[in-house]
Amino acid sequence: MKLNHAILCLRGVVFREALRFINQRGRFLSALVRPLVWLFIFAAGFRSVLGVSIIPPYETYIRYEEYISPGLVGMILLFNGMQSSLSMVYDREMGSMRTLLVSPLPRWYLLLCKLLAGVSIAVLQAYVFMAIAWFWEVRPPTVGYFLLLPALILSGLMLGALGLMLSSMIRQLENFAGVMNFVIFPMFFASSALYPLWRINDASPLLFWVCTFNPFTYAVELIRFALYGQFNFVAMLVVIGCTGLFLAAAVVGYDPLRGFMSRKDGGPAKS
Amino acid sequence: MNAQLALDVEQISFSYGQTEALKQASLQVSAGSFVALLGANGAGKTTLFSIVTGLYSPKQGSVLVNGHGLRTDTMSALASMGVVFQRSTVDMDLSVLQNLRYAADLQGIPRADAKLRIHAGIEQHGLSGLEKRKIGALSGGQRRRVELARALLHRPTLLLLDEPTVGLDLQSRSEFVSHVKSLCTDEGTGVLWATHLMDELDTDDDVYILDHGQVIEQGTVSELTQTHGVEDISAVFNKLVGSKVS
Repeated sequence: MKLNHAILCLRGVVFREALRFINQRGRFLSALVRPLVWLFIFAAGFRSVLGVSIIPPYETYIRYEEYISPGLVGMILLFNGMQSSLSMVYDREMGSMRTLLVSPLPRWYLLLCKLLAGVSIAVLQAYVFMAIAWFWEVRPPTVGYFLLLPALILSGLMLGALGLMLSSMIRQLENFAGVMNFVIFPMFFASSALYPLWRINDASPLLFWVCTFNPFTYAVELIRFALYGQFNFVAMLVVIGCTGLFLAAAVVGYDPLRGFMSRKDGGPAKS
Repeated sequence: MNAQLALDVEQISFSYGQTEALKQASLQVSAGSFVALLGANGAGKTTLFSIVTGLYSPKQGSVLVNGHGLRTDTMSALASMGVVFQRSTVDMDLSVLQNLRYAADLQGIPRADAKLRIHAGIEQHGLSGLEKRKIGALSGGQRRRVELARALLHRPTLLLLDEPTVGLDLQSRSEFVSHVKSLCTDEGTGVLWATHLMDELDTDDDVYILDHGQVIEQGTVSELTQTHGVEDISAVFNKLVGSKVS
């Protein structure tokens, strides 16, 4: 693989994704409205019910809106990762995925380009959300906005890779509704996005156990710590490890010899 | 290895689960030649295309593109081929120019060179004036021409077209076929054209007839009509496959 070719390919895939995103303004709006509804309505309503004590990375008592903002940033990345996988299933059904897969570059690299394209859009959405949240008095230290970037990229890669892996398993667009019910919602709710883990442990040790095995919890914590100028080493390790695992599974899934595409009914419309 | 062969498919077999889609199918496309792959729906044409383009791996057999093994030298093999799939694969939300730029990036064509090639491709395929129009706003024939321009951007030695004229009106079909055939003579491109529309073929075109995953007959249109003592290739096909075709 030549470096120039690799760069051109990455640029092409990212540019295409950006153009599609611009053309689908509704997608941008809905991606923003979802976390904003949680911030403006849910957080306001639950502020008095769900007290948050001083826990790292916070050094003082914080408003509930501040607590859930990193979780809502994670929500943007999670939904974007799943949206990307949905678009891949759609592209595969519609055929445009074939254009990418017959390009003269290794398949793992093509999938990585697709992943990075999706992450770049998600990062943009996350920053727009944080900018709006600033007016809602969610104001982390300035340095946090800079440290947020690598945390967003890492977490976005992990959730995007998860989406890629799922897209390689899903045969038809209709099956994607199942992903919403069985992946997105459980991942989001069984995490530290909405409530601290110690509170979950008080309520249900079993749920606490589930949350600690949920990679999304670590993505949220990586973002939370970065946003407040701190570094969560364990979260970073888990996120990197899961990214590698999901990406490897996606590459296998899209391998014509070994993956799901080679199995029964996985082929093209026969003629 | 035959250096003159743009495509050499040897003894390919492939199954979807228990269903055999291809059974030891072999075919060759020489540089600069137009080869038609005839088969009814379900004969295995699209499966064969998916294998030749590396989307699926055969359980048996080998594929050489311009002398490069698809399994052993995948990148060189893929770089040597241009593909027009049965179902449109251009991005409906993007313009003609954006689709072609995207394809140039995927093929690793530097931006300055890509600009020249895209411009030439737009002119060559009668797309001038449509550059900024979104694909969704084009006619079926125009979309197909965009796909062809895209498939030829990197100047492949082998062009694969899977039923590219389905859905086109008679005049668009005729123009499209003539244009592709001119690529064989003018550019030396080897073309494999899968179809079930017999009127797209000329008497000197090479033909492979595929039925239930097997190549059951091969030769030029004139050779086959002579051998089977019938008037045209449709009659040969009907005689061998036993199904009514257009």
